[in-house]
Amino acid sequence: MHEMVIAKQIIEIATSSIPDSMKNRSVERVNLKVGKLSSVVPDSLIFCFEILSIDTRLAGAELNIEVVPVLARCRECETEWTINEPIFTCKKCKSGLIEIISGRELNITSIELEDSKQF
Amino acid sequence: MEIKVIQNVLNANNTMAEQNRKIFAEKKVFVINIMSSPGSGKTTILEKTAPYLIPEIKSAVIVGDVCTSNDANRLVNAGIHAVQINTDKFGGGCHLAAHVIRKAIENIDLDSIDLLIVENVGNLVCPAEFDIGEDARTVVLSVTEGEDKPVKYPLMFRVCDTALLNKIDLLPYIDYDKTETIKNILQIHPGIPVFEISAKTENGFGPWIEWLKKNVGQKTSSAPSVRT
Repeated sequence: MHEMVIAKQIIEIATSSIPDSMKNRSVERVNLKVGKLSSVVPDSLIFCFEILSIDTRLAGAELNIEVVPVLARCRECETEWTINEPIFTCKKCKSGLIEIISGRELNITSIELEDSKQF
Repeated sequence: MEIKVIQNVLNANNTMAEQNRKIFAEKKVFVINIMSSPGSGKTTILEKTAPYLIPEIKSAVIVGDVCTSNDANRLVNAGIHAVQINTDKFGGGCHLAAHVIRKAIENIDLDSIDLLIVENVGNLVCPAEFDIGEDARTVVLSVTEGEDKPVKYPLMFRVCDTALLNKIDLLPYIDYDKTETIKNILQIHPGIPVFEISAKTENGFGPWIEWLKKNVGQKTSSAPSVRT
């Protein structure tokens, strides 16, 4: 639902990350990590990104999304496991004292620019 | 060529939320963010909660809706200072972000209140993702919604510190498995306090009001504490 706002932020961050010396190069790809527990739908985000980027430096760039699984660690018995269903108690000792190690990411990891033009 | 960035997309919001948190810590105002799906009874709960707080605890409410100031009007009638935010002006209709809260508190005298309640936009998805600088998050679920809401929207139930199960006065008239709902809430967030209430009859309000007063008291009397 809020993918439009997020796509706008991605465009702002990616645009401001292009070094001044490379302002004439086009952006080919924006790499993003999205945790499975974040409330972002990758397809909607790509759709919003494509529309919002039309008149920007990122026009035509691909938004490449890597989905990060939800990884948890038990604070009692230190078991680590991947959460694939909505159960947030330790797989081994059933404790509810768990921490989420990954799965809430919403990070731009890098942008890829076209290689310098050959004339 | 690849340029490393590594930046959280919600950085701008998170930074603003931390600034809000500092302001609230300095002013010793306890801030609670109340979230739920539309129609679960957030505004009625607040209307009915107000008389238990007044005059001991001075409160203000920021109400988020896409359109209308109906909710703020209801809360003003209940005796609480209320500021309505219509999110369509902010380009994102589905949640209240930290900058919206910052703007709203310009219209609230933080020195004269102990409790700031944020009634978020009715939605179980997006508000869970946006930190606004609050001390506590409460999710409201009503018994006219499915028992499986917590497992359908796990992030919301993970990020909240308390849950209110509302409209329990309707239980004799509907087929609803309350035990199943509570089991589902605790499966997503083990140990979370769940208060069973009826905003209509005020049944069950005791523990909820007690929890609220205790938390407000801790914030207003203690050294500034910052949630991480």
